[in-house]
Amino acid sequence: MEKHEEHTAHVHRDDEGDKLGMWLFIFTELLLFGMLFLMYAVYRHKNPEAFLLGGEELDVFIGTFNTVILLISSATVAMSITAIQRGNKKQALVLLGITLFIAVLFLVNKYFEWGAKIEYGFYPGSDLLHELGHGTTLFFGLYYIMSGIHALHILIGIGLFIYVVWQIRRDKIHSTDYVWLENTGLYWHLVDLIWIFLFPLFYLIH
Amino acid sequence: MSETTTAKHVSFLEYKGKYKGILGWIFSTDHKRVGLLYLYTMLVFFSIAAILGLLMKIQLIAPGYTIMGPQTYNSMFTVHGIIMIFIIVVPGLPAVFGNFFLPLMIGAKDVAFPRLNLASWWIYIIGILVVLSSQFLGGWPDTGWTFYAPYSFRTPANVLPALFGAFILGFSSILTGINFVVTIHRMRAPGMTWLKMPLFPWTLYATAWIQVLATPVIGITLLLTVMERVLGVGVFDPALGGDPILYQHLFWIYSHPAVYIMILPGMGAISEILPVFSRKSIYGYKAIVLSSLAIAFVGYFVWGHHMFTSGMSGRALYAFSFLTFLVAIPSAIKVFNWVATIHKGSLNLQTPFYWATSFIFVFMIGGLTGLVLGSLATNVHVHDTHFVVAHFHFIVFGGTGYAFMAALHYWFPKMFGRMYDASWANIGWATFFGGFLTLYLPMFALGLQGMPRRYYDYLPEFHTGNIISSLGAILMIAGALIVITNLVRSSRHGEKVTGKNPWGGRTLEWESDTPPTLENWDEIPKVTEGPYDYK
Amino acid sequence: MSEEKHHISSYKSHLFVLLALFVLTGASVAVTSLEMGPFNTLVAMLIAGGKAAIVLIWFMHLKFDNKLYAIFTTFVLVIFLLVLYVTFFDYSYR
Ligand SMILES: [Cu+2]
Repeated sequence: MEKHEEHTAHVHRDDEGDKLGMWLFIFTELLLFGMLFLMYAVYRHKNPEAFLLGGEELDVFIGTFNTVILLISSATVAMSITAIQRGNKKQALVLLGITLFIAVLFLVNKYFEWGAKIEYGFYPGSDLLHELGHGTTLFFGLYYIMSGIHALHILIGIGLFIYVVWQIRRDKIHSTDYVWLENTGLYWHLVDLIWIFLFPLFYLIH
Repeated sequence: MSETTTAKHVSFLEYKGKYKGILGWIFSTDHKRVGLLYLYTMLVFFSIAAILGLLMKIQLIAPGYTIMGPQTYNSMFTVHGIIMIFIIVVPGLPAVFGNFFLPLMIGAKDVAFPRLNLASWWIYIIGILVVLSSQFLGGWPDTGWTFYAPYSFRTPANVLPALFGAFILGFSSILTGINFVVTIHRMRAPGMTWLKMPLFPWTLYATAWIQVLATPVIGITLLLTVMERVLGVGVFDPALGGDPILYQHLFWIYSHPAVYIMILPGMGAISEILPVFSRKSIYGYKAIVLSSLAIAFVGYFVWGHHMFTSGMSGRALYAFSFLTFLVAIPSAIKVFNWVATIHKGSLNLQTPFYWATSFIFVFMIGGLTGLVLGSLATNVHVHDTHFVVAHFHFIVFGGTGYAFMAALHYWFPKMFGRMYDASWANIGWATFFGGFLTLYLPMFALGLQGMPRRYYDYLPEFHTGNIISSLGAILMIAGALIVITNLVRSSRHGEKVTGKNPWGGRTLEWESDTPPTLENWDEIPKVTEGPYDYK
Repeated sequence: MSEEKHHISSYKSHLFVLLALFVLTGASVAVTSLEMGPFNTLVAMLIAGGKAAIVLIWFMHLKFDNKLYAIFTTFVLVIFLLVLYVTFFDYSYR
């Protein structure tokens, strides 16, 4: 059987379309986290006292620290796009390196934070939570779920950044073709956006 | 690309690329092949779920144990629901006809992200396999497709694979939605302004937005249910402080808009078919466009009508009831437009037209009984009875199913380059339609008399209605068999279609080859007229 | 490559945005110790909303990109807020 000529088809390139696709994906993420925030609102509405006490168990310092470094990483990603647009490959790589470092640092902090909490006895199904009652159980349930899913997104972000760095090094991403970097940046800002709300809702309850 | 002349004018069905045989299909990024992959997958699973439905109806032909006990019955309506909802009607028309015809109708060569499109199908298959793995991982769930808390994490039955599978199927739906929105924004042929776009793409557009914005809600809800079952986090478990009604809120925040994912593209297909077989322009094009968008938007805020007896606050009850009545208006506008389109047309009585007009009929019954359920007082009376079952089968099966069949017959010659056998198609339609009404109409009466849903047994006074209904089920399945056999046979042996446009349609897809070539067009068409200009 | 002109933000503007975000973060932590009853949460959410808007407008380029993205984003936020609002028809009056 003869094979039909390989269709050399136009390589369809549409940066604007790719970006629209990314935005739509961001919208699904917003709604996904949105529903978690909705649950938070409902349960806090039902257990205001317990949420207050729960919030006091969390370390404001580590929360603020993670907020600050995540904001810095958002800025470095935004700047790496500027660097690529200007054709400055080296600066872009340095800026992305900082971002990657911060992403890992954030997870390391999270690891110690969670570790300390678990050691102390705050984890789903623990006797301590059982003793402290329903409201606190819900607070920590939501805390682990929401910061856990957020951390998962950080992890995915790390993967994306590694890919982007590799592509920049191979000159696949450069000053006239950088939509991958732009979209990864958008994703990373989304991760930051979520944290901007998680931080006051869990660490700064008063 | 003019040098690749050999690839030109070879139908996509015959085209041979890098892979041979079945691999040339399951690894093809051609939107038409992906559409057909969905069609074949759905055909298989529709048959399975339909047989489950038939078995349940046979069980109900007499009170007490007929062919199965309660646990088997519970698993059957659960699996029937999961397959029909998550595997058939939610992907439904967008995955099959959206994939196949969206690029053709807007004059594009493919969707915006062809590889992502193929990935959607693969994710869909993985989701199905995970659901089916229940069989080998401890049996079938018995929660109903709704997975209500707290039963879904208390039941000893095996729920996890189904929850997880439905979660994965959600990804497939989201990716299709993203793909279609971008395709419609970026890839319309020159000259095709928004208001020159045919109505099927318009409804796909509204649907795609719901897929993007509502599906993540069910995703996170199912994931939380998994966590609740495995870890006992407490988010829905009343024993740990959780609120099971919140589960219902989240579930229906997705699942009501999901009803519009199911029905909107069906409405779009009907809006394509009626003008062609009435040889008249569609009546009120803009009204249909606007009402589609309005349905997509308002449909987001009516979910509470599934929870009228769950224990919501009084104020929530009448807010949701009011919003539900509101969302009925745009649907009614469409019905009016369709009827006005047929009015004084020169009708061409073909099978797609029969399916389309019977769609209007059953959709109206489904819609009007929906209002009975939307009013608080009557809802309390018929809640969780067979009335509800009849109502949503009139919408989901009567609406989406009939529209699917109408679309399949309408576009059949374009997809396969062959014509179905018209007389068998008509006989099949008539049998199916008769069986459908005999099956579901008595269930309204049974519900009003108080027969609850989801029980394998019933009181003797419901016997007559159930006998009629079960006989209707057998008749309907016979009709479905005739229809499907005819289509499968005709796709291989049907009369070849000569010319591009057997029905005389005015939309763009009829200007492509029959069946279309790999990239649909030698040259992207230029659009100058509206989609329904019949002179 | 499309011929559209791309807006290139300067490093300085990004750092300026970062500074604004720092200030708001500081403010958010600082107001926590003020005794404002239920308004504490409101203020915290307003500040977070401000930070989110800054990230969206400058870092995520809504200001310079196709206006479509800004419209869609607003639309999505409206839908979310309405869903939240409608849900509390239930929880506020139970
Ligand atoms: Cu509904």
